[in-house]
Amino acid sequence: MFKKKECVAMLLAGGQGSRLYALTTRLAKPAVSFGGKYRIIDFTLSNCVNSGIDTVGVLTQYQPLLLNDYIGNGLPWDLDRTYGGVKILPPYQGKEKADWYKGTANAIYQNLQFIDQYDPDYVLILSGDHIYKMDYAAMLAAHKKNGADCTIACIDVPLEEASRFGIMSAYEDGKIWKFSEKPKNPDSTRASMGIYIFNKKKLSEYLIADEADENSSNDFGKNIIPAMLAAGEKLYAYSFKGYWKDVGTISSLWEANMDMIGSNPVLNLNDEKWRIYARHTARAPQYVGANGVTENSTITEGCKIYGTVRGSVLGPGVTVGEGACVIDSVIMEDVTIEEGATVEYAIIDARVKIGKNAKVGGPKGGEIAVIGADITVEENAQIEPGAMINPE
Amino acid sequence: MTAAGLIFSNIHDECLPELTRLRTMASVPFGGRYRLIDFPLSNMVNSGISKIGIITHYNYQSLLDHIGTGKDWDIARRSGGIKILPPFITAYDAKATNSLYSTRLEALLGVTNFISRCNEDVIVLSDCDTICNIDITKVLQRHEETGADITIVTKRIDDGSYNAERHSVLVLDDDDKILDAAEFSRDVKGSFDVSTNIMVINRNYLITVLNDAAAHGYTSFFRDIIAKNVGKADFRAYRFDGFYSLINNLPGYFETSMSLLDSNVRGELFEANDRPVFTKVRNSAPTAYAEGAKVSNSIVADGCVIEGTVENCVIFRGVKVGKGTVVRNSILLQDTYVGENVNLNCVITDKNAVIRDGRNLSGHESMPFYIGKGIMV
Repeated sequence: MFKKKECVAMLLAGGQGSRLYALTTRLAKPAVSFGGKYRIIDFTLSNCVNSGIDTVGVLTQYQPLLLNDYIGNGLPWDLDRTYGGVKILPPYQGKEKADWYKGTANAIYQNLQFIDQYDPDYVLILSGDHIYKMDYAAMLAAHKKNGADCTIACIDVPLEEASRFGIMSAYEDGKIWKFSEKPKNPDSTRASMGIYIFNKKKLSEYLIADEADENSSNDFGKNIIPAMLAAGEKLYAYSFKGYWKDVGTISSLWEANMDMIGSNPVLNLNDEKWRIYARHTARAPQYVGANGVTENSTITEGCKIYGTVRGSVLGPGVTVGEGACVIDSVIMEDVTIEEGATVEYAIIDARVKIGKNAKVGGPKGGEIAVIGADITVEENAQIEPGAMINPE
Repeated sequence: MTAAGLIFSNIHDECLPELTRLRTMASVPFGGRYRLIDFPLSNMVNSGISKIGIITHYNYQSLLDHIGTGKDWDIARRSGGIKILPPFITAYDAKATNSLYSTRLEALLGVTNFISRCNEDVIVLSDCDTICNIDITKVLQRHEETGADITIVTKRIDDGSYNAERHSVLVLDDDDKILDAAEFSRDVKGSFDVSTNIMVINRNYLITVLNDAAAHGYTSFFRDIIAKNVGKADFRAYRFDGFYSLINNLPGYFETSMSLLDSNVRGELFEANDRPVFTKVRNSAPTAYAEGAKVSNSIVADGCVIEGTVENCVIFRGVKVGKGTVVRNSILLQDTYVGENVNLNCVITDKNAVIRDGRNLSGHESMPFYIGKGIMV
């Protein structure tokens, strides 16, 4: 027996995140560490819970092991429920056919049965690779007020970046009259955030039609939205004003991390009213040694700082040895930076060991050096700015 | 051998009146992100004990809030798990209403139901004012090997000047058999062994002595059960040689907190393999250090914003230290707000205390200045 839910969220978390290179060799993009103690997917999951949505299907495909393990029974997000809660939805073998998820729309199509269990009026489609705090309940309220068939969350982007996004044009009341996925010559700066609310009936209808079309690439932006628009369905834009960042590239991931730094950061996670939840491991508080310097940085529990940390974000359990220097860098969990080593303008993935007096990266403004998980950098070694050291 | 646990949450509250006025000894904050009960509770959980009763007496709202369902210790179970055992008062029992139990023995008599309904072989007892990270499986193993009735975990005190007050001193033979037991001996000299009050008792033996105590109107667990039966029953010691501290007053709390600045102590308490110390998860953001922040030799929990100078301190979750402020040798409990250009030295601020801009406050390490919960200075 399942209780009816007004709105069910479907979180697309299968993305490979190939532009994060070494950071996504062994894990999916939504599982990439962010901001010290978080993973990227924590933001979407926490937004759901904080918005009162307690049924979330997470669609995984690429390297799901860590992600599945991380989400577990959903306890850290209060999504361990008897009715609803978080459910991992991998591709599966059906009686007649078995398929990988061919595209975003196909992934949802293959899980229509899951959605139907809860008999929802609305379906919220999310992607698990953005950093933002957003109240989906307000978006749902706007969707209902407009009597829309589909509402697309959008944000203003600079014109030169607009061709990376789905770009829409809308009337003053928000009704969309044009939508183009990644246009070469964008004529609007209103970009889709990849967040959609559909009326359940319309969604099923269009997904079934899309699946029957062999020429379709089964994508929301490329196929479903244009089809609905062409058929004269009511599509509305919902403007989101607030912090939102697509962390799909090394530089945007670095920038978003830096947005957390300072006592009045652009991305404030010290927000009692909108907490971002994460899975915790039990660690002691951080310790700053007698000669430790921690300035203009964000540091997580379990860290031991004997050296200097400036302008950086440190994940849990990082050790910075005596005389070592970490500047303008993102350091993920359990990294050890030994005595005298320098890390500058770099992203260092989990459990990396940087030997004594080694030098990684160079001054800010050059290229970001990236070291993949579990790598050991030998003593006195030099890693050039912009280097990409892959674990495999 | 299977074991269930029993933790005394209110015991010795009177030793720390400042911090226990509004809470139990069990829920006294410690070490930046913990409450004292996290240590005995984690010790038990890490030793595979998954049925744990917590004996409460009064002031236990903060404890209930902290423990919740036991999720954060991974013992939210359908069978077993954490059971909070508040005083049992029957509706028309006039006597009970004005005489809640006041001793360990009376507390145990109040939970005979829990004890007799367990089907585990032994019960592990622990207090909340003792801080250590111990592998109880080893104690259980020794208990089984020796076939003792009670195995008490002891700590060797080598410093003769150590204040033995509130410690029970045990005299041991070469086989760690307990020959004599004395409570609160003030005049011990040289090296001696004290009880940590962590002990393993055969459940059937415990039921027998509790029945006997009820029949005779005994009140003291130590005097009437341990001391009286030494030599008759088989009482053994398990010598623990890791970090151990008993918090017996506010300066003691201050000293034990400050000992965490020693990396060996932190190593023994928090970095033991497979024995992490669990606590309630608060989902604070990582701590933000501003431009100009100067922090040295300090423990800082998550969720803090540090803009000033912090030296030799223990800073709890969600503390704010403003610009131009200097905090030295102090313990700031969770969500303490310290404004700008403040000077603090040897101060303990309780939860939600507010120190406004420009204040100068100082105590001494032998008598730290305590600022109560929610007090604004």
